[in-house]
Amino acid sequence: MSQQYQDATELAAQIRSGKISAQSVIEATLKDIHNRNPELNCFTAITAERALAQAKQIDNKVAVGNDPGLLAGVPFGVKNLFDIAGITTIAGSAINREYPPAQQDATAITKLCQAGAILVGALNMDEYAYGFVTENSHYGATPNPYDSTRISGGSSGGSAAAVSAKLVPFTLGSDTNGSVRVPSALCGVYGLKPTYGRLSRKGAFLLSSSLDHVGAFTNSVRDLVKLFAVLQGYDPQDPVSTKKPPESNFSVLGNDITDLRIAVADGYFAEGSTPEVKEAVANVAKTLNVTKSIAIPQSHRARAAAYIITAVEGANLHLEKLQSRPQDFDPATRDRFLAGALIPASWYAQAQKFRSWYRRQVQEIFQQVDIILAPTTPCVAPKLGQETMTIAGVEMLVRPNLGRFTQPLSFIGLPVLSIPIKESNRLPLGVQIIAAPYQELSILRIADFLAAQDIK
Amino acid sequence: MEQPKPNWKEYVEQTAKLMNLDHTGEYLPEVTNNFVAIANIASLVMEFELPEDTEIAPIFEP
Repeated sequence: MSQQYQDATELAAQIRSGKISAQSVIEATLKDIHNRNPELNCFTAITAERALAQAKQIDNKVAVGNDPGLLAGVPFGVKNLFDIAGITTIAGSAINREYPPAQQDATAITKLCQAGAILVGALNMDEYAYGFVTENSHYGATPNPYDSTRISGGSSGGSAAAVSAKLVPFTLGSDTNGSVRVPSALCGVYGLKPTYGRLSRKGAFLLSSSLDHVGAFTNSVRDLVKLFAVLQGYDPQDPVSTKKPPESNFSVLGNDITDLRIAVADGYFAEGSTPEVKEAVANVAKTLNVTKSIAIPQSHRARAAAYIITAVEGANLHLEKLQSRPQDFDPATRDRFLAGALIPASWYAQAQKFRSWYRRQVQEIFQQVDIILAPTTPCVAPKLGQETMTIAGVEMLVRPNLGRFTQPLSFIGLPVLSIPIKESNRLPLGVQIIAAPYQELSILRIADFLAAQDIK
Repeated sequence: MEQPKPNWKEYVEQTAKLMNLDHTGEYLPEVTNNFVAIANIASLVMEFELPEDTEIAPIFEP
């Protein structure tokens, strides 16, 4: 039985006003996780002691009239690749279990806790974030809360499922090629991947530094806005952290959106998906009164280039372990990492050059439009263990193809939000709202408008 | 004249030795399958003609 609050915003308001105590919320959350996690398999570690201590501090602040923070008393979880002080960062692996505990929290956790949010644990993922399914050979699969015979998606599957099942109102994940957006779509929650470098990755175990982003999962747009506000800011400890000033003009949310030029991505993004996916995009476009479509050229090559960069950087990161103890990797990632270690340098360099070229093409498109709509995944959640799927008469592998529509976008660091599309008697899907770099506010305005039209 | 196709199995075996990964022989059939998939994917990048002045965009501050 999940707890009875709509989202983090409502819960924080109740705690801030003293209507309920943070301690009671955390106790109930921990009990709920204890009861339901054996079936849901979202959490791989629980930080009960720390959470209860922090809840007490929040309640003390409320009692004496001090500001307990924007997210006061709101429980959250993080993908288990984020450093949590006192706990070993396993990153979905067995190998990293041997590492010493982290000495301090990841920057993103620190910022959330400073805003009053309370960390209750770490969440399941594909080993080393290299996958789209969260079927982890060491820690088990995280089944989809909508249908336990299906996957949650990945690699941040535990993060998406925990929010979908309302174990916690929000979580953090990471996205290299779609690892926030794919599971958010399959689990029916919001998944925001801001611009590359916008949120600090300090203390997050990377997969491919050229492409890695931190992102968040929620059940509401207003929660996303709060998280984005809290998590932004330059971090000198992350070499790709942007020095651009944080976005703060959130008062425009709820305003008219007619100033935003919107188009639907066609070509590559209109192919290779099921009819229900196409219908979901068309419904969102109709709600926004969008008639324009636009092609992003060479997106299939962008996906290919992202694949090469990820394979090379991931393999290089784990090379020593691949040489010395390959038997300890998850078989689902080991063989791909090993193959990635053998890629000729020119393929990698060319993929990086292509990234620059593709960025220029997309920059030109964003002279004509402000927002692009595209599907998040090509289909609803596949079955656990399913290896192939057939879409538009073509049989294809599940694992690489779930990221077909997400990979070309994170490749050039664009901010993207996957919004949930939930219809009765149907598994959830997602639609990506895509903007030019650093234009997250435009995305949030569209999402806010759609939520008000009951598209969520 | 059409270029002969590379022998990827041999490439994988030899490069694995070069990278000190040759003791992972039991995995080589699957690694070869994965590498063939990567080679097919890479061809999409390598066959595309980029302007000569296209540069990688690294972030490096000396």
